[in-house]
Amino acid sequence: MTAVESTTQGERVSLLRVLGPAHVWALGVGIVLVGEFTGWNFSADKGGALAALIVCWVVGLLYTSVAMIDSEVTSTVAAAGGQYAQAKHIVGPLMAFNVALFLVFAYTMLEVSDAILLGDTIVAKAGVEGLTHNPFIAATIVTLAWLNYRGVLMTLNVNFVITAIAYVSIVILFFSVSPWTQGAVLKLNELVTPGNALPYGWIGVIAAFQFGIWYYLGIEGTTQAAEEVRSPARSLPYGTMAGMITLLIAAAMTWYVCASLMPWEYLGITYYPLWDAGKLTGSPLLENLLFVATLLAALASANGCINDAARAWFSLGRDRYLPSWFSAVHPKYRTPYRSILFLLPIALAFAFIADLNQAITFSILSGVLQYTFMSINIMMFRKKWPLGTIRRGYTHPFHPIPAIVLFCLCVVTFFAIFLGYGSQLIAMVAFYFLISLWFHFYRYRYVRRGDQFTMPWPKPQGY
Amino acid sequence: MWVALSYACWAISVVLALWMLYDWFKVDTTYSEDVLTSSREGELEAASEKHRI
Repeated sequence: MTAVESTTQGERVSLLRVLGPAHVWALGVGIVLVGEFTGWNFSADKGGALAALIVCWVVGLLYTSVAMIDSEVTSTVAAAGGQYAQAKHIVGPLMAFNVALFLVFAYTMLEVSDAILLGDTIVAKAGVEGLTHNPFIAATIVTLAWLNYRGVLMTLNVNFVITAIAYVSIVILFFSVSPWTQGAVLKLNELVTPGNALPYGWIGVIAAFQFGIWYYLGIEGTTQAAEEVRSPARSLPYGTMAGMITLLIAAAMTWYVCASLMPWEYLGITYYPLWDAGKLTGSPLLENLLFVATLLAALASANGCINDAARAWFSLGRDRYLPSWFSAVHPKYRTPYRSILFLLPIALAFAFIADLNQAITFSILSGVLQYTFMSINIMMFRKKWPLGTIRRGYTHPFHPIPAIVLFCLCVVTFFAIFLGYGSQLIAMVAFYFLISLWFHFYRYRYVRRGDQFTMPWPKPQGY
Repeated sequence: MWVALSYACWAISVVLALWMLYDWFKVDTTYSEDVLTSSREGELEAASEKHRI
């Protein structure tokens, strides 16, 4: 029976469960991998090449905590909206509304950043006077929205292929420069010395956290696929943890090659560290490979971001936190088509008027707000439903250490963002405060309060 | 070549945007709002995965 036939017989139209662990990996790594091609290197400008390596590992710890915590909660609360659905069931509606907005902002601004990066990269390669990035931005956002509109399976199949090509390009670059031999191509000993490793001392390392986030920003996006994977309890933890391992390896290889080819003063300001690394090897093949890989990584990231932002927005509509009009599912393609179309002009408008730094900062801020919530969320989850009271697809080890580590690292990152973008941080917090007032005093009256809690769990302990 | 590519990008954007608008109109005029917004969170979990410890 086709989807259209089923609707005529009175069945509900819902998202399709067609994805597997590879799609979850493609969604998570696809969103993140662009951070290796640009973004992470600005941490070298903040604190030097060694600071970029330190934050690579410390922020890696933050995201490993995110991945473990997310895997446990999402394998239990398997619904579109990801962290929004988690917050709704574990903390409450106001937190859920805020978390959904964090998600939509983080992913939409990241999509905008990806499109700007792709446009700027093509313009830089072309070197043609008068050529602007606008047509490439428009084509990127509209084509990917169309792909998302037409179905999640094809969207994430495409993401898997282009993410894999971009990832393999990093591996090829790494092995092409004889990483086991210093002096032949790589010159780490000369470029990173005790005298310049940490030019601004340890405060530079703290400041570098802001851009160290880019090594892994968005891996938590895997949870948005929860309602479309065939076996959420198995696929989500597997895909997320595999993605995190993949990214840790890519981040380490990227830092090693780039820090061994470029002085930190240049590494910290270039927009294309891996493409530049390809150029510096002197191989036209590597240069062109890394140019194409930069474009593919930006495409994969924007593609995953459209997928995730639309599902978070769709979930808000489904629970009437926003007008239920947004909760429509396409009867043929089984996608949240109205949410995809609604967010499309917003992304285009920001991409045409915003600059890359502003878009990236808003994305990072929303992401870190979300991670702070996750550390509190898992503590409440384990307290209200201890192990053994509900079925979990995955149970993360060493609780509550990952939650405490995550919270502490989020505080450090907020401080780092405050150092660089204090006014944006305050403006964003003020925005979330005002929108929370609107939700509490106006919008929540339209929510069907009993219908929003859908998990068949026992009452939480203490209630 | 790059300038031609930029014109092609505008053309692709316009064509795909128009196609999505057409399909949106077609779907919204073919199906009732109740059908289109009938998705419910957690249905499959409750129906097919039988929450048991």
